[in-house]
Amino acid sequence: MARTNLVILEQDYEHFVAMLEQLRTDANARFVFLMDRNGQHIAGVGDLASVDPTALASLAAGSVAATEGLAGLVGEQAFTTLFHEGRSDSLHLSTVADKAILLVSFDERSSLGLVRLRVQQSTPPLAEIVTEVVRRSDAPRAEGLTVTPLGDLTDADIDRLFG
Amino acid sequence: MTFINYAAREINCKIVYYGPGLGGKTTNIQWIHEKTRPDSKGKLISLATETDRTLFFDFLPIELGTIRGFRTRFHLYTVPGQVFYDASRKLILKGVDGVVFVADSQEMRRDANVESVENLKTNLRDNGYDLATLPYVLQLNKRDLPAALPVKRLVTDLRIQNEPTLEAVAPKGVGVFDTLKAIIRLVLNDLRRR
Repeated sequence: MARTNLVILEQDYEHFVAMLEQLRTDANARFVFLMDRNGQHIAGVGDLASVDPTALASLAAGSVAATEGLAGLVGEQAFTTLFHEGRSDSLHLSTVADKAILLVSFDERSSLGLVRLRVQQSTPPLAEIVTEVVRRSDAPRAEGLTVTPLGDLTDADIDRLFG
Repeated sequence: MTFINYAAREINCKIVYYGPGLGGKTTNIQWIHEKTRPDSKGKLISLATETDRTLFFDFLPIELGTIRGFRTRFHLYTVPGQVFYDASRKLILKGVDGVVFVADSQEMRRDANVESVENLKTNLRDNGYDLATLPYVLQLNKRDLPAALPVKRLVTDLRIQNEPTLEAVAPKGVGVFDTLKAIIRLVLNDLRRR
């Protein structure tokens, strides 16, 4: 199998941020995050000052992957939604187009019902862009996309990274 | 799967440390965490049992610098080495860009090393990868122990093809960064070709 990259362009990022911001407002959430299934942080909006996005994305992806493993063990294809309830803050995780993970953090100013409803409404348009990003990333040359900004990377460049 | 974010001007790669239980995978990551400048590393996350054995994974993000205006970031993961955590190992290999195999040089771990390499091949294949074409580095750890087998013997047992092979004593940091540099070099060269 040819290994591919996942390439996010600036316009993709802007679309994601606009959609996540709308979801955050509609769901009255603290923050909303989008990551790929391998735990790479794509975009996030809201009250992110106290959050380590890299760690959050990695753990959320691990949690979703482990839950899917569980689903397989009991004969389910997937558990597409996860809910972690805390004393004041809760997390709602769901998959988008089977390629990305949407995480919504909310507190007592919102409710699980509202978050679920807004996530369901937001997912189809988000899924459209995610699907397009994946399709384009899988066939970058056909899309006239620069495959990697490192095409002309030299050994000297790599040496410089290590000081 | 390398993640290239043109909006954030970032390239993110995933490197997985694989190998038998108690071979020193977590110790490698801990040394890297300890010796990396605070502004070049993220939080070290260890999902471990009560007895400090890796339960799911360790995770450490590090940043090396900028190439062509893109920040190069590497997400380092370890897998749980114990045989019965195979389902977790398979999950962690998803989206991998490079693998470091941390072998335990001690004679009594010879079978465990061989079994773990075979397990790596199987789990990579199940994820759609081929060890023959994936950036891969072999680290021979615990070289300071009296029961360590000769390097030649370990290479005969474990080497897949002509992958870089490095000797290490992870608790003292010997070979740890050399191993990291070797795998990063392979991953970036692989990315250049794609």
